[in-house]
Amino acid sequence: MLLTVNNLSVSFGGVHALNLDHFSVGEKELRVIIGPNGAGKSTLLDIICGKTRADSGEVTFKGKQILGKNEVTIAEMGIGRKFQKPSIFPELTVYDNLLLAVKTKKDIFSTLFFRVTPAIADRIHSVAMRLQLNGVMYKLAGALAHGQKQWLEIAIVMLQDPTLMLIDEPAAGMSDEETEKTGGLLLELAKTHSIIVIEHDMKFIEQIANNLVTVLVRGKRLMEGTFDEVKNDQRVIDCYLGRSNAQLETL
Amino acid sequence: MKTNNSSLYYILFIAIFAILLPAGHLSGFLSINTISIWGRYFCFAIAALGIDLIWGYTGILSMCQAFFFCLGSYGIAMHLVLQKTALPDFMVWNKITTLPFFWQPFNSFSLTVILCMLIPAALAFLIGFVLFKSRIKGVYMAIITQALTLAMWLIFLRNETNLGGTNGLTDFKTLLGFDLANTQVKLALYFISFTVLCLAYMACHRITRSKFGKVLQAIRDSESRVSYTAYHTVNFKLAVFVVAALLAAVGGMLYLPQTGIITPGRMDVKASVEMVMWVALGGRGNLKGAVIGALLVNFLYSVCTSWFPDSWLFILGFLFVITVLYFDKGLIGLVTTLRARIGNLYLKTAQTTN
Repeated sequence: MLLTVNNLSVSFGGVHALNLDHFSVGEKELRVIIGPNGAGKSTLLDIICGKTRADSGEVTFKGKQILGKNEVTIAEMGIGRKFQKPSIFPELTVYDNLLLAVKTKKDIFSTLFFRVTPAIADRIHSVAMRLQLNGVMYKLAGALAHGQKQWLEIAIVMLQDPTLMLIDEPAAGMSDEETEKTGGLLLELAKTHSIIVIEHDMKFIEQIANNLVTVLVRGKRLMEGTFDEVKNDQRVIDCYLGRSNAQLETL
Repeated sequence: MKTNNSSLYYILFIAIFAILLPAGHLSGFLSINTISIWGRYFCFAIAALGIDLIWGYTGILSMCQAFFFCLGSYGIAMHLVLQKTALPDFMVWNKITTLPFFWQPFNSFSLTVILCMLIPAALAFLIGFVLFKSRIKGVYMAIITQALTLAMWLIFLRNETNLGGTNGLTDFKTLLGFDLANTQVKLALYFISFTVLCLAYMACHRITRSKFGKVLQAIRDSESRVSYTAYHTVNFKLAVFVVAALLAAVGGMLYLPQTGIITPGRMDVKASVEMVMWVALGGRGNLKGAVIGALLVNFLYSVCTSWFPDSWLFILGFLFVITVLYFDKGLIGLVTTLRARIGNLYLKTAQTTN
C-alpha cells in the first residue's frame, strides 16, 4: 500500500472532526471519497499533506511515517495537493505559476541561477496544452475564470509530479463539458499516479470511480465499495437525504 | 513596449544624476551641498531597494530597516571618530579612560567595512530565523520589528552604550586621509553613491527577474501554496531579509561621510515608518518605484521643510493616505495607468476620425 492511515483522530475544540479506523490507497489507484458536509473529507487530506496536525494515530506513505512532518517535507516526499478553493499565485502569470511548480531543485541557489531548459519548457507546454492553458500563458493567473483557475491548480500539481495527488473538489464551479474533461484527465493521470479525489457531483464520480469509493460520515468510515455498491447502499442514501437510520445512529 | 518604458526611465535617471547635476555644479549653478544632498538621497534609495525586496516583492513588512541603516552608519562613524582621536570626546567627558572593546576593531578601515555589513547581516539572520521559524506574519511581523527598532533606539540613546548617546557621533575630519570638507571628495562620494545605487539596482533587478524572485512574489501571493509546491519558504524569506538588511547597511555606510553626523534619531519610529513610506509612495513591487519614491519624498522633505517647516509630517501623511486610497501601486502605478488611459483615448479618437 502506498498510503496507509490507522486509527487517525483529530478534534477541533472538543468536536471530533475525524475518527478513522483504517484507510489505505494503493499504487496507481484512483480513490474517490464522498460524504455529506462536515464528514471530515478535507480534514483527512489536510492531515495527509501536513496542513493540520492530528491528535493521534498513524499515517504512513511509502512505508514512512508522515505525521508530524511539515508540509514542505511531505511535498518533497511526493504528495501534491489541490485545494477546494483554488490556491494559485494571482499576481504571477500562468507561465510563472507553472514554472514554479515544475519538479526541479528548489533551494535558494538553484532558483537564483535557474535557466529554463528545453526539457522543462516542453513539459510546461505539454501540461498547459492538456489543460487548455496554452492560450492564456502570459495572463495574470488572478484574471482567469474560475474553471481555468481549477485547471491551473491541477496543472501545478501535475508539474510537481507527485506519487500521490490529493484533489479536493476538482469539478466545483465547472460546466458539464469542463467537468467531463476533468474526469477524463484524472482517469488518464491515474495510469501513472495514485490519486485521492473528493467530490459531490455523482455524475462526475460515476465517470471517474473505476475502483473503490470511500464514504465518510461524521468523521468515520461508513463503507467502502464500488460506485454501484455505494450508490445503492441504503445507509449512504439515508445520510445524504438526512433520513434517520438505525445503522447510522450507531456509527 | 515594456523594455522601451524601462529604458526611458534609465536614460532620464542617468541624464539627470550622472550628467546634469554634476555639470550644474561644475558650471557654478549648483552648490556642492546640493550635490551632497542628492548623494545622501541615493543612499536612502539603496535602502529603499531592500525594503522593496522584502515588502514589495515578498510581502513582509519589516520596520527595522532603519536600524540596519544606522548600524552601517554607526560603524563608519566609529572609524572616522577614531581617525581623529584615540579616545572620543564624549568618553573623556564620561570619565572613560580606555577604549571599549567593541570600538577596537573600528581602528582598521577594512575591518570596519566588513563589520558594517557582517553585523547587520548576522542580526537580520538571527531576527529573521526566530520570527520566520515561529511563522510570524503580516501585521505581527511589522509590530515586532518596530518594537525591536524602538528598543535599539532606546539602547543607542543611552550614554552607557558608549556610542555618543542622544548626540550621536559627529565632527568627522578625514576618511582614508581624504578631507571630508573638500569639494572634490564630496563630488567623489556623490559618484560612488550613484554607482553603488546603480549596481544595487542591477543586482535587485536580476534577483527579481530570476526564479528566486518569482518564488518571493509567490510567497507574497500565497505562502501556503509555495510550501505545498515543496519550497522551504523560511529559507527564502530569511535570504531576502538578510539581503534587505545588507542593502540598508550599505546605504547607511555611504550616507555617513556625506552627512557628517549620525544620531539615534535616524532609527526612531518616525524614521523607520518614513522609510516604508518612500516605497509605498513610489510604488511597491517595482524597483524603479522604490528609487523614485526615496528620491522624491526626500526632495519634497527638503523643499517643504524650508517653505513650511512645521507641516512636513502632515504633507507626508496626506500623500500617504491619498496613495493608499486612490493609487495602490504608487507613483509608478499612476504613471502606467495614465499612459494607458492616454493611449486608449488616442486610439478612440483615431477610430472615430476613421
